[in-house]
Formats: sequence, C-alpha cells, structure tokens
Amino acid sequence: MADLLQTIETSLAVGALYALIALGYTMVYGILQFINFAHSDIVVLGAWFSYRMSQQLLPRLGVDPHSPPWWAGGVVLVLAMGLCAAVGFCIERACYKPLRHSPRLNVLITAIGVSLLLQNVGQLPVVFGTQPARMPSLLPDRELFSVTFASPPAAGAEPAPAAEPRRVVIRLVDSVIFVTAGVLMVLLELLVYHTRLGTAMRAVSFRTETAALMGINVDRIISWTFLIGAALAAAAGFLFAMKYPGLNQPAHTTWVLLGLKAFVAAVIGGIGNVRGAVLGGFVIAFVEQFGAFYISSNYRDLYVFALLILMLLVRPTGLLGTNVQQKV
Amino acid sequence: MSVRLLSVWCLLLGPLVWLGCNGSGGTSGGAPSADEIVIGHYAAMSGAQATFGQSTDNGIRLALEEINAAGGVNGKKLRLITYDDKGDTKEAGAAVTRLITRDKVVAVLGEVASSLSLAGAPVCQEHGVPMITPSSTNPQVTQVGDKIFRVCFIDPFQGYVTAKYIRELPTPVSRVAILYDQANAYSVGLAQEFEKALTRLGGTITTRQTYSEGDQDFSAQLTAIRGSNPEMVFIPGYYSDVGNIALQARKLGITVPLFGGDGWTSPRLTEIAGSALEGCFFSEHYSQEDPNPKIQNFVRKYAEKYGSKPDGLAALGYDAARLLADAMTRARSLSGDDLAAAIAATRDFDGVTGTFSIDADRNAVKPAVILKIVNGQVRYEATVTPESP
Amino acid sequence: MQSPSPPQVELSQVEREALALAVTESRCATCLRSGTPLLTGLALAAAVQVLVPRLAGDYAARICLDAGIAVILAVSLNIVNGLAGQFSLGHAGFLAVGGYTAGMISYYGSLWLWGSGGVHGGWFGAGQALFLVACLAGGGVGAAVGYLMGLPTLRLRGDYLAIVTLGFGEIIRVLFQQTQPVLRTAEQFRAAGWEQFVPPPVGGSLGFSGIPKYTNNFWVYAFVTITLIVAHRLKFSSAGRNLISIREDEVAALAMGVHVTRWKVRAFVIAAFFAGIAGGLFAHESGIILSPRDAGFQRSIELVIMVVLGGKGSISGVVLAAALLASLPELLRDFDQYRMIAYAVLLIGMMLVRPQGLFGSREVWDLWRRRPQPVVAGKGAA
Repeated sequence: MADLLQTIETSLAVGALYALIALGYTMVYGILQFINFAHSDIVVLGAWFSYRMSQQLLPRLGVDPHSPPWWAGGVVLVLAMGLCAAVGFCIERACYKPLRHSPRLNVLITAIGVSLLLQNVGQLPVVFGTQPARMPSLLPDRELFSVTFASPPAAGAEPAPAAEPRRVVIRLVDSVIFVTAGVLMVLLELLVYHTRLGTAMRAVSFRTETAALMGINVDRIISWTFLIGAALAAAAGFLFAMKYPGLNQPAHTTWVLLGLKAFVAAVIGGIGNVRGAVLGGFVIAFVEQFGAFYISSNYRDLYVFALLILMLLVRPTGLLGTNVQQKV
Repeated sequence: MSVRLLSVWCLLLGPLVWLGCNGSGGTSGGAPSADEIVIGHYAAMSGAQATFGQSTDNGIRLALEEINAAGGVNGKKLRLITYDDKGDTKEAGAAVTRLITRDKVVAVLGEVASSLSLAGAPVCQEHGVPMITPSSTNPQVTQVGDKIFRVCFIDPFQGYVTAKYIRELPTPVSRVAILYDQANAYSVGLAQEFEKALTRLGGTITTRQTYSEGDQDFSAQLTAIRGSNPEMVFIPGYYSDVGNIALQARKLGITVPLFGGDGWTSPRLTEIAGSALEGCFFSEHYSQEDPNPKIQNFVRKYAEKYGSKPDGLAALGYDAARLLADAMTRARSLSGDDLAAAIAATRDFDGVTGTFSIDADRNAVKPAVILKIVNGQVRYEATVTPESP
Repeated sequence: MQSPSPPQVELSQVEREALALAVTESRCATCLRSGTPLLTGLALAAAVQVLVPRLAGDYAARICLDAGIAVILAVSLNIVNGLAGQFSLGHAGFLAVGGYTAGMISYYGSLWLWGSGGVHGGWFGAGQALFLVACLAGGGVGAAVGYLMGLPTLRLRGDYLAIVTLGFGEIIRVLFQQTQPVLRTAEQFRAAGWEQFVPPPVGGSLGFSGIPKYTNNFWVYAFVTITLIVAHRLKFSSAGRNLISIREDEVAALAMGVHVTRWKVRAFVIAAFFAGIAGGLFAHESGIILSPRDAGFQRSIELVIMVVLGGKGSISGVVLAAALLASLPELLRDFDQYRMIAYAVLLIGMMLVRPQGLFGSREVWDLWRRRPQPVVAGKGAA
C-alpha cells in the first residue's frame, strides 16, 4: 500500500513535467506539423539558465542561494522562462521562418541541426561546460506530510531484520511542481480557448491559408507559439532541476530521453491537442513508474515506446485526438 | 533573400572557423619530425562522457610536459595528438585508424569506457601498435591481443575489493542491494563481479535493480530497494548518476550507506550529492590525500596547471603516459613489437596510483584504496592488496 | 500492380517462335543492361580495394569504407523516404538487426566450423563465403522485421510512420541491452545449453565484440553497386512511378489504382533489406563493435539528414551527401571541440540556402543535359 501510494506520488510529479514539455511539442506540431527536435534543448537551457542565475544573479541581489527566501525560486523561474522564450523566438525567426514554404522534412532537419548546435555550444567550457552541476535548492526541501503504514509481514522465508515502518512521503518539491505545472496549464488553456490570440492560434492550426485570408498575421502567431512553448519548456527545465538537483551536462542522454518521452506523451494524448498533451504526460509517467516498479526497471523505456506503438495501431489519433481535428 | 541569409550564416561561420583554426593549432597532426616521438590519445572529449576524456587528457599532458621538461625520451620530445571520439564506437575505431595510419603514432593511449577501448584495441592489434588503456576495467579489453595493456585494475578485483571490505568491517555486512546501469558495460560487469565475490564471502544480495543511462528518476528502483531492507546499497555507476541516486534515496528514507566503484571518482560527486553521501565509500585507484610526496607533488602540479584536484582518471592518464615513456627508454627500438615487449616487462613501476607490475595477461597488478566521504570530504579509509595467487 | 491479362489470340508456330526469340533477346538485353553496370561496379570496387590504400593510405581507405556503408544505408532509406515519401526514423534499427544477425552467424558459425572466431581463409575462401551468407541473412532478417513492422503502420498516413519507427529503434536498443555475454571459445559454444541462447549471447550493453573482420572496400563497394543498380532500376520503372505517385499525392495515387499500402510496404521491405546488409558489413568492419546504441535514434537521424541533403529521390544526390556527411566529421577533426558545432551550422546553413537538397529530385547527369526533369520536383504535400 505504501509503495503504491509512493509510486502514484512520483508519477504525478514526473507526469506534470512530461506534460509541460509535451505542450511545447504539441503546439508546434499543431501549427507547423513538424516535430521540433530542438524543444528538449530548450528544456536544457531552462534548467541551466536557472542554475546559472541562482549561482551568479541571486548573490548579487543579496540572496544566499543556500538558504533562499521564498520568492527566489519564483524570480529565477520567471527569468528563465523569459530568457528561453527569447531564445525560442530567435530560433524560430532565424532558422524556421525562412523555411516556411519548404517541405516539412527540411524544417525537421533544421530542427535537428539547431538541437546539435545548442548541445555542442552548451558543452563549450565558457557556456555550461561538460561537468554536471548541483542546482541549489531554491525551495525549502522538506516533507509536506507523510503517512506511516505498519510494516507488512515478511513475505520471504527469512524475516527481514528490523523492517522499518513504511512511510509515504509527500514532498514540498513535488507538490510545488504539480501546482506550478497545473497553474501554467490552466493559464495556457485560458489563453488558447478564451483570448483573441488563442482563437488566432487555433485558426492558424486549422487552416493556415484561410486564417491568413481572415486577416490573421500568421508569422506573428507562429512566433507566439514558439515563445509560449519555449517558456513552458523553461518552466519544465526549472522544475526538473528542482526535483533532480544533480544537473547533467547539456548533451547528456537524460535530456534526449526526456524530450523523446514528452514527445511520446504528446502523440499518445493526440498530437495537436493541448489537453491531450497533459493527459498523455500523466499516462506516460504512470506507465513508466508502475512498469519500473511492478514489472522490471530493465525495460523502463520499452514500456513507453511499446505503449506508443500500441496506441498508434489501435487509435492513431491518440487519446483525445479526433478525426475532425481541433488543433492548436 | 538567400543572399541575405547566406551573409548571416557567413557571419556565424567566420568566428567558428577562426576559433577552430586557433583551437586546433596545438593538437593537429602532420608527419612526425626526427626529434620527436608522437603518441596518440583517443577519448570522449565531447558528448555525454566528456569529463572522463578531458580528465585523462589533462593527466597525460601533465606527464608529457614533465617528461619533456626533463629532456624527453632518449633526447626526443614527446608530442601528444588527441582525437575526440564523442563516446561513439564507430568514431573510436576511425580515430585510432587515423592516429596509426596518418599520424604514425608509436603508441596509443585510451579509452576510459571499456566498450570504446574494445573498438579501438583491434585496430591497434591489427597494425601492431601498442595500446595502453588508462582506465578500462573490463577484463575483455586486454584479451584482444598481445599489444593491449592497461594500468588500472580489472573489475573482478574491484568487485572483490569492495566485497571484502564490507565483509571485514567491525560489524560485517551481509545483506546488500545492487542498483546498476544496465546500459553501461562497466556498471554491468562490476555489478556481476561484486555479486560473485560477495556470495563467495558469505553475503547475500537482497535485490538487483537497474537503471539506464539517461534515467533521472530512480524512485521506482529505490522504493523496491527500500522494501528489501538491505544493510547497504551497492551502486557501481558513474558519479553523475550516483549524485542523483543518493539524493533520492535519502528522500525516500533509505538511510543505509551506499557504496560503489571507481566511477564515483570526481570532485563534483560530493558537490552534487551534498550530505546525502555522508558515510558512503567507494573503491578508487589512488587517494589524493596520500602523504606520499610523489602523490602530493602530482596533486599540487595538477592543481597549478588546471585549477582543480586530479581525479582517479587524471592520475591513471598520468601513469599511463609515464609508463609508456619509461618503456620507451627501456625498449630496444620504438617498433611496435619492441615497445610492447618493454611494456610487458614492466615490473614494480612507481606510479601515483601505486607501485605495480604488468602481469602475463597484460593487466596491472596493484592495490586498490577505499575512500570514504566524511563531512563532505573524500577521506582515505583502507588499502586492499591483491590476493597472492 | 496487376497488368491486365493479354487478349487470348491463337498464335501460329512461326509467330510463337518469333515471340520466344524476342523474349529471349529482350532478356539478354536486360541481362546486358544490368550486367554491365554490375561488372563495372565490381571492377571499380576492386580498384578501390587495391588503389586507395596505396595512393592515399589506410586512413583514407577506412573513410572510404565508412562512406560506402553510409551510401548503402542512405540510398536504401531514399527508397522509402525519397521515392515513396514515407518518413522513417528507425533505419538504424534495421542496421542493428541485420548487423547482429550477420555477426551471430559469422561469429558462431566460425566457432562451430573452425573452432575459432577469427578470420578464416583468404580471398574468396570459406570464411568470406560465410561472411557473404551472413550479410545476406542479415538483410533477410532486416527485411522480415521491416515487413512485420511496416504492414500495420504503413496503413496510417502522415508522420505516424516516423513516430512508430522511432519507437521501434529505441525498443530494439533496449532489447539488445538485455542480451547475454558473448561465448568466447568453441568449447563454451558447444557446451552451451539453450538457455544461453535465449536471449542471444551478443554481449548486452558491452557490445558484440570479436566478430571476424571480413569487411573490406571490395565487398562494401560491391554491395554499393548492387544497391545503386536496384535503386536506379526501381526509380525508373513503373514500380518507381507508383512510389513517386504515392509521395506526391496519396489520394490521387489511390484513385489511379495504385495499391498504396502494398507499395509502401514493398518499398519499406527493400529498404530494410539493404539496411540489414549494410548492418552486416558494419558488424564485420575492423574497429567497430556493434553496440545497442547503434540502433538508437541518433544514427537514424544521421541517415535522414543524408537523404534530405541529397535531395528527395535523387540517387546521385544522396550518394554524394552520404559520402560527404560520413567523411565530414573525420575531415573536420582538426576543428577539435568546435567540430560538432561546425557540423550543425553547416547543416542548418544547407537547409536554409538549398532546401531542395543538392540536386533536388534530379540526378547529377540531368544537370549537364539541361533537360527539364519529367518528375515533379519534391515540394512535399504537407
């Protein structure tokens, strides 16, 4: 019971991260129909910008990064989101906009090129270097509350010596991740479905040419999409660094896999669909965590990708995707 | 439009080309001149394992600098050519081929990761050029052929060392859980050897859990480990993962000590894990704190040159280069066969990672040390010497 | 495509003989047409094998080898990606499947037949025969896996193939990590029970080392020749036009009676076959150990880049791009740590300046013929 609850708790926090990243993939795919491979590198930037800022900026503001006040995390988060949004905007203008009328495959290759560029520039010693780093915990790292269960009777023949009572720990970091991600998702939902910008985004994703004829500035809408996607990715990067303070270097497999799984989440939820991406993020996290815990951690990545293939065979449009495509 | 774009990209490319030309000045090839001896090094200088390659390269360069300052080998200066293999086996093979056939190196140093050494070693063997791997601990590497050597101990010994150490603690530990990286040959090998050694010495494994390179969340595995109630947890992984594992283990309420192998070696380990690794220990090739003046001298020079303390990989790179230079002075000529024979004949070589000899399997026979993390500092704990056969 | 059955006409004896003669003649012509390039290719392959190491050194020979394997992979991917317009991101998965199959056959075959895993026999000896069989078997297994995977997924339109193949490559990678250590000696191999073969003993995450090193420039370029002939004849046949019609407009192709799924699967299987062969060559290359990483998505991406850079469907363009990109990281070695940055910038720059690839969907010879290309240039239907 304790293990089950603990696994659920982890899945919720990890799922929120996947969902945030998946949103970026799904928004770009919805509008431009291409897989933005550089998206996971924006997450990296978000995480490393946060690290750099808490190391170098906070002390200048008179903040000790090792015992920060409550607002430090918020400041770093907002700054990282702003910086990454700017980077996302520049990438879109410099690398994707000139390719608006080329085949999608070209844009995809360009995205891969951008991804390689960001990774390798990030590895230069003057940028982030190749060593992992420790993210200072900007949130007080403590248990929010915990539930204790009586130790179950030993299952094996040999009784385990001094079995400790099992506890389910709900940590502050996890709750903050969940709440922050939730707030951002609700904001995005409001933006997409209740503002003029959101209406324009949906119009562009529905049919670009018609949207342009209706007087929508398509280029501006696409820039906004990248901007918002990059900001969400930065938020995910920041939260990721909060949860896993051992920050891996920019070209590490962690980031690639994180991006791939978030992309799978977007597909499973129904690519192009904002709510689907959120749902997909949680589905992937639950499958991954439960598979790793209850079946075997050997095949952790396999569960995710097998689920993807199964999903595409049974329901190619994803969980929430419909044939009448309502995309963003 | 395209003209404009082109000019933008030229602006981007210009500085890079300039940087590239500047950067390559020190390392680039060209045929060896008469008064120098060229040595090759292939390592992951970029990519996920870049820190290992860079540390090793630093160690090698320091050694060569000292040797050259002392007059070189038989009056000739040593020159190092380093190629990046990005941690990719295909690139490793190509890099070694280039070192041997284009740059005409007399010997090759590298790699850290065993799977990459296994890619480069057959090429060296085929061309009859000796190769010394500083830190590949998998036994298969030197089995490739009679030109392949190493200056580190091998996994079976390392597994034995850690098992023996925990069995001989004042209160012997018998229930151990293992968490290893299944995508990493080093980690898999060490986990197996440790398990063999521990069962032989009377301990039991409570559970075997795995992760893969790139995993960041270990809670599923750690929850399972917590459920198996081990007295200690063995984590034969790389330090970048170990830091995160330790942090998460403590959060999940696993309070028992964690321990591991030489993959833990890095000044960043304690920085990342903070207090989570307090009381944990790992096996290592040498200890920076060893009062031996030879080691202190090395640590000081390294810190002067690179601004950080040398980790085990830097020390092994340093030893590999010095062993090679030593063998060159002893060899009848610098041909592959003579040089390999001289390396094989090395006895009681006085390195910073201990005094060692090269055995019939071309492995180094040397002691290992156990280092313990106390108050956030890595402290020397014990030395374990090889069993006499 | 089923051709309509010919009208039933009674033929006289003379007419029948004339027809038979005509058929024989056309067969001869076909033989000659495909035979000449094949022979030329083999002669060239022999020339590469003999001349390149003499004139340019072993290192150049090695780059040639890598470039040749890249050409096979890229040209085969081009059949799916460039001709049929189906975006596959799992080509490296077939490379790995073929490589592991071929490696197992030649390594364990050598252990079983000759008691050692080393190279056996010289030119055209028994060892090389085993190597060829292994490569072809690698291709066969690759094709079989391609069929199994293509059949369900190629029904879908759009990018789903890309996503499924991406997942497939990653799954192959995880599965290969779970394999067992390689059996080192003939005694171990003979004494091994079935449980040592399930999962297969191909080294797990350490990689499959010890495969005999048979691959040389002759064999690589012989297979390059075969791949090129097949790709060329496919492109300029009715089959190729079916594939191009699918690429240009699936609905229109369907309306014109092209069995869309069937043709996609065929293209996919052919591509997987050659990828499997390339895997076999790759596995037997000196200085290579086959590792699960080779199945991963980064390798696949490299191949897609070659196809796009070469130009969709242009065989010569893809050949050029594959050769260039395979040797580029080696040529850029002097750039040291800026090497990959330069690579990335070149890639982006290429895409911006020349989005249609080196030659577009034309071939290199169209450039100096200066003749309008009949095939519609690939502005893919988005």
